[in-house]
Amino acid sequence: MPMPDMSWPDERSVSHVRDSFSLISLRPPRPILALSAGAAGLAAGPAQARPPMWFFDNYGAQGRQLEGITWGLLLLSVAVVAIITLLVAVGLVLRARRGGALRDDRDAVRRRDETGAMTAIYFGLGLTTAVLIAFTVWTMDTLANVRVPPAEPAFTIEVTGRQWWWQVRYIDPQNPERDFQTANEIHVPVGRPVKLLLKSDDVIHTFWVPALGGKTDMIPGQTNTAWLLADKPGIYRGQCNEYCGLQHANMAFRVFADPPAEFDAWWEAQRQPAPEPRSPLTSAGQDVFVKNCGVCHTVRGTIEKAQYGPDLTHLAARSTLGAGIIPNNEGYLSGWISNPQGIKPGVKMPAIPLSGSDFTALRAYLATLE
Amino acid sequence: MSDDPFIRTPATGPVTPELQDRLEKIWETEPGLFGWLGTVDHKTIGIRYLVTAFVFLLLGGLEALAMRIQLSGADLNVLTPEQYNELFSLHGITMIFLYALPVLSGFSNYMFPLLLGSRDMAFPRLNAFSYWVYLASGLFIYSSFLAGALPNNGWFNFAPYSLREYNPGMNMDFYALGMIFLGISTTVGSINFVITLLRTRAPGMSLNRLPIMVWGTTTVSIGNLLALPAVTVAFFMLWMDRTFGTHFFDVSGGGKPLLWQHLFWIFAHPWVYVIVLPAMGIVSDGLPVFARQPLVGYTLVVLGTITTMMLGFGVWVHHMFVTGISTMSLSFFSGASFIITIPSAVAVFSWIATIWLGRPVITTAFLYFASFIVMFVIGGVSGVVTASAAADLQLHGTYFVVAHIHYVLIGINLFGVLGGLYLWFPKMTGRMMGEGLGKAAFWVTFFGFNLAFLPMHWTGLLGMPRRIYTYPEGAGWTTVNVISTVGSFILAAGLAMVALNVVQGLRRGRAAGENPWDAPTLEWAIPSPPPPYNFAVIPVIASRHPLWEERLDEGTGRSSLYHGLLLDRGKETILTTMLDAEPDKIAKMPEDSLWPLITTIVLTFGFSGMLFQMWWLTGLSVAALLGCILLWLWPQRSLEQTARPTHE
Repeated sequence: MPMPDMSWPDERSVSHVRDSFSLISLRPPRPILALSAGAAGLAAGPAQARPPMWFFDNYGAQGRQLEGITWGLLLLSVAVVAIITLLVAVGLVLRARRGGALRDDRDAVRRRDETGAMTAIYFGLGLTTAVLIAFTVWTMDTLANVRVPPAEPAFTIEVTGRQWWWQVRYIDPQNPERDFQTANEIHVPVGRPVKLLLKSDDVIHTFWVPALGGKTDMIPGQTNTAWLLADKPGIYRGQCNEYCGLQHANMAFRVFADPPAEFDAWWEAQRQPAPEPRSPLTSAGQDVFVKNCGVCHTVRGTIEKAQYGPDLTHLAARSTLGAGIIPNNEGYLSGWISNPQGIKPGVKMPAIPLSGSDFTALRAYLATLE
Repeated sequence: MSDDPFIRTPATGPVTPELQDRLEKIWETEPGLFGWLGTVDHKTIGIRYLVTAFVFLLLGGLEALAMRIQLSGADLNVLTPEQYNELFSLHGITMIFLYALPVLSGFSNYMFPLLLGSRDMAFPRLNAFSYWVYLASGLFIYSSFLAGALPNNGWFNFAPYSLREYNPGMNMDFYALGMIFLGISTTVGSINFVITLLRTRAPGMSLNRLPIMVWGTTTVSIGNLLALPAVTVAFFMLWMDRTFGTHFFDVSGGGKPLLWQHLFWIFAHPWVYVIVLPAMGIVSDGLPVFARQPLVGYTLVVLGTITTMMLGFGVWVHHMFVTGISTMSLSFFSGASFIITIPSAVAVFSWIATIWLGRPVITTAFLYFASFIVMFVIGGVSGVVTASAAADLQLHGTYFVVAHIHYVLIGINLFGVLGGLYLWFPKMTGRMMGEGLGKAAFWVTFFGFNLAFLPMHWTGLLGMPRRIYTYPEGAGWTTVNVISTVGSFILAAGLAMVALNVVQGLRRGRAAGENPWDAPTLEWAIPSPPPPYNFAVIPVIASRHPLWEERLDEGTGRSSLYHGLLLDRGKETILTTMLDAEPDKIAKMPEDSLWPLITTIVLTFGFSGMLFQMWWLTGLSVAALLGCILLWLWPQRSLEQTARPTHE
């Protein structure tokens, strides 16, 4: 079995992803990004122009609100460092003395009038205080603006952090019949705010989709709320931002911002149970699944209420495996089933020894879970 | 004169060779093993602190280099996830707890009596004890290597990942007990600094004549005494949860994971100031030496130091901005975190004014102090950026914060420490360090440090989360990480050059003499290295700069440095009043003692018993501990705790 590498999921190899979207900026990047990307060697190609976790030029209503104050603070920082560096450097150039042991330099120590220097210190303090108060007010204003979404969310997504994946439940407050569960990939309608309920089932995780907005911790024993509003269709990378153990580094997910009609269709498809196997091979695969995988994984219509691992009802409709770390295609899927520990050491999914025919059948069955 | 046999008027006189001989005999540490293990000389203890802290710096640095190699490319497998997680945890614990404060305690231990005109710390045996406990607790934490169970939950150690359910090995027990153990050292050390400052200053050294470093150390010592209980309790509760199944942090039993964060940050945020204020003090005292100009705005800087520490207790929630707390709380703690910048800005303006007003001579030490100002500002402004809860919603937990903490810990601690090393090495050893190699080492260190950590701010803006052992190629973090890795190795090379500089100085350095820098403070009025008794006569102080008085002519009279209290009838020093430093009492100082070491060993057994849940061992240790305390405190004639000694 060829081992899959652990590279970033390659968009082009994921067949069902639309071409129109990518992690690439749909707007021309700001000069500073281009500059630094060039400097940092990021401009390897157009596909690399926008780092997926870059949070400026934000695509979310909340993320955009946070940009102003962050830029303001960064520019202030650069200005302050420049001014202070200049003051130190100019002071040295103007005042430093060359050579001589300090013992021979006794006369340099003498009483000097400090009035001017003290005035300068007080002036500096006054200026510092004024600037800091201004930024405090700006911060409070921004916080007030991002507290609630611009409109009342029509539905809720409950995301539960698990070591090291994301359990996702869609909740329609009008119609509980429409609720369903999925994992590691979240779809949201473009232009419509979504309410998030953030929980944890084990340790602390943090929900963060930088290109859409700020982060919120997922803490066991409490439910935090947050909201998302994507402006542009696209796929946005999310990643756990609180150290949560061995595979914290490989706890990623994706947010798909779909046009509303597509989103509604996706929801309808997701809430359906998995299709029944239609061939002897997939039917055999289903048996293998029930026997070996059903302890942990739910496939609605076949195995219910197995909550230990991600819900796989519509696995084949997802673009990634292993919590956003490898593409979901035949090769990676085979690698993941046969050797999950090799791809994500410490992951709670064990490698289950399967015969060649069982393995083929299982893979064929999983491919039907559209 | 009273008839009370415990009252006498001490004689005064000049420094004479006979007096020096007499004091030497009284104060010298016995040669041999007993003297080595039992010494209570603050100078020996100070150097032990420094050496031990630098060894931990070396270990923490090697851990960092291993991590930097792992992060130097996408999807590398140099370290396993477990190894990486253990290394970043141990790296943080080492640098923050076993290097950053102890190294400052080393300087303070060595310098306090010299700066204050005293013959030793207020409690010499307690001083030895605080060093031994520091060493023992450091070894305790590092002994987790032997068990193959290093702490693996970061220095912040958030619950519930630290609980047995998620972390079944002994990893966290080593850390929890080690921290409680280390807290004993910090607590007694802090008490010692506070009392030393309040009672052992030379006559005339009123509070407004103290060096800033003394202010810094004393301020953070009081801070420690207030902050440490929170973390000691937190680690004890964690250990209880893990060992006895209590539910302080365990949700299934009604516990609250956030309780840990509150208790930890109520301690750990003040701790950030604890590990920078004394270093700022070193700069505030050292920079003027080379600027040939007293610190401009002394009073403001002192007030700034104290205010920073006080405000430091009101900003801990800025570590918890994304835990889901209310907008009102976010606003309050954001505001407080912005405001704490103001007292820090005082020091920056004051240092710059001192340079502008003086005539700086550019020595290696001065290079560290002057660059410290810029490093301080970089570490400061990145703190201001994350003080805004709004900006922190994105920046929290990214490499931006990693860059910030390293500008604080390296820029604001290590650069001050290295400046202090170059400043005081001649005093401690009697030899000069080579300036040529020193300056070369400075530039390599400076360049390497900034190359490693300045781009790291950018890494954070690119969204790289902290504490991940690997990252995918497509994330766009590779180049910046390569730069940081290269920088970290250059930084390591610079520090190796500093070490070489130290070795050369020890072996071949020129003789330093009393005052090679023509510096103004009291430690430079005595030989280098100082004799065991420090001051042959207790000086009388008339100004803030006793050795610059003639030239500054501040109109407060002249200090008397070579004529004063003899106090040569046994191991004695003077106690003065708290505010004005008027002579009050003669302090009888203890002889060398093995009890601090023995007590530490007993404590080590006690904590080991708790670690391995061998309760009989802990029980025995507690009994032995009571015995040690009893014998340690047994009244002694030489301390005039019983009857008046017959020989006088």
